[in-house]
Amino acid sequence: MISARRLGKRFGRKRALDRVSFDLAKDGFLLVTGANGSGKTTLLRLCAGLAAATSGELEVRARREEIGYVGHEPLVYRELTALENLTLFARLYRVPAGEARVGMLLERFGLWEERGSRAGDFSRGMLQRLALCRALLHDPELLLLDEPYNALDARGAEVLDRELKDLAGARTFVVATHDPDRVSALATARLAFA
Amino acid sequence: MSGYLRDVALLTRKDVLLELRARDAVPALLLFVVSALVVFHFALPADAAELAAKGMLWVAILFTALLGLGRAFQAERQQSMLDGLLLAPCDRSAIWLAKTLATIVFLGVAELVALPAFALFFSALDWETVAGIALANLGICAVGTLVAAMALASRARELLLPLLFLPLAIPIVVGGVGASVADDGGRYLGFLALYDAVFAIISWASFEYVVTE
Repeated sequence: MISARRLGKRFGRKRALDRVSFDLAKDGFLLVTGANGSGKTTLLRLCAGLAAATSGELEVRARREEIGYVGHEPLVYRELTALENLTLFARLYRVPAGEARVGMLLERFGLWEERGSRAGDFSRGMLQRLALCRALLHDPELLLLDEPYNALDARGAEVLDRELKDLAGARTFVVATHDPDRVSALATARLAFA
Repeated sequence: MSGYLRDVALLTRKDVLLELRARDAVPALLLFVVSALVVFHFALPADAAELAAKGMLWVAILFTALLGLGRAFQAERQQSMLDGLLLAPCDRSAIWLAKTLATIVFLGVAELVALPAFALFFSALDWETVAGIALANLGICAVGTLVAAMALASRARELLLPLLFLPLAIPIVVGGVGASVADDGGRYLGFLALYDAVFAIISWASFEYVVTE
C-alpha cells in the first residue's frame, strides 16, 4: 500500500525527515514512534498528500477518497455544529447513505447528544472524537492517525481501541503515537525515529 | 448538477454560513467602505470634479476588497481547515471557485451600501460605472483569492497579500476608472471582461499548485 525510499523533507534549512525507507503491505499496521520533532507528523502529511517530499520516492497506492487522516488539528469548522461538519464532509466524500453513517458515528463516539452544538464549544477531547468521526466517515482504505489518543478521556480511548481492533487487518493503518503500548498488539510493522 | 458544481455550491454555502455565524468579513467591509467614503467626502474640496470623486470610489472599492481578501481564508488559517479541504476528494479548483464566489457575495453586499452612499455624498452613478464595478469584482476576487491562498502559508501574510495583489489589480483600476469616466466606457468594460476571463482561468488552473506544501 505504501512504499517509501530514502524519503526526505526539508523546510528551508531544517531537515524534518531524512532518508526514511519502509514498505507497508495492504491491511498492514505501521506503528510510528519517536520524540517530538522527529518527523512523525511530516511522514503522515507526506503520505496524506498534504506535503510533497523534497527527496526520495514515496508511493501511496490509495486515492484521496480512500484516505482518512487525523492530525494535530481536528480539521473541523468551529462555527459549524458537529452534525453540519460531518454532513459537509459526507457530501464532499460522496458517502452513500451519508446521514445514516454520520448518525452512527456520532452515536458510536458519544457525540449524538451534542450533534447540534458548535464544534467551537467542544472540549479538546470532544473535538478529537469529532476528528475521528470525520476520518472514519467515508470508510477509508488507508487510515493515517497522528496521536489519535491525544486528549481522549478513558471512554473515548476505549471506543477508539475497539474501532482500531475491529478495523485492523481489514484496513491499512499508519499510527504515530507516544503511547505505543496501546496499539502495539495490532502492529505488523514499526518505524522508530531517533 | 455535476459533481464539480455540487462541490462548488456546497463549499460556497459553507462559506456563507460561516460568515452568517462568525460575521468576520461583511461588517468590517461595510464599516471600512462607508468610513472611506465619508473621509473622502470631507477631504475633497466642495468644487472637486466628478472625475476625482469617481477615482476615490475606485480606491475605496479596491481597499475594501483587499480587506475582504485578507479575511477570505480566516477560518481555514485559524483552524488549519485548508488541510481538511485538501484531503477531500473534490477537485481543488472547486475550493478556489467557491471561495471566489463567496468573496464576490461579501464584496457585493458591501457595495450595495457603498454605491448609494457614494451617490449621496458625491454624484449619481451611471450604468457604465456599475457594470465596471460588477466586472471588477470578478477580477478582484478571482485573482485575490489565489493570492490570499499563496499568502496563507507565510508568516508575513498581511504584508504579502497587498504586495502581490495590488500590482495585479492595477489593470482593474485602469479599466474601472476608464469605464466610469471615459466617453467610450464600453471599450474599458471589454478590457475588464478580458482581464476577468484570462486571470480567472490562470487562477483556476494554478490553485492546486499554490496550496501544495
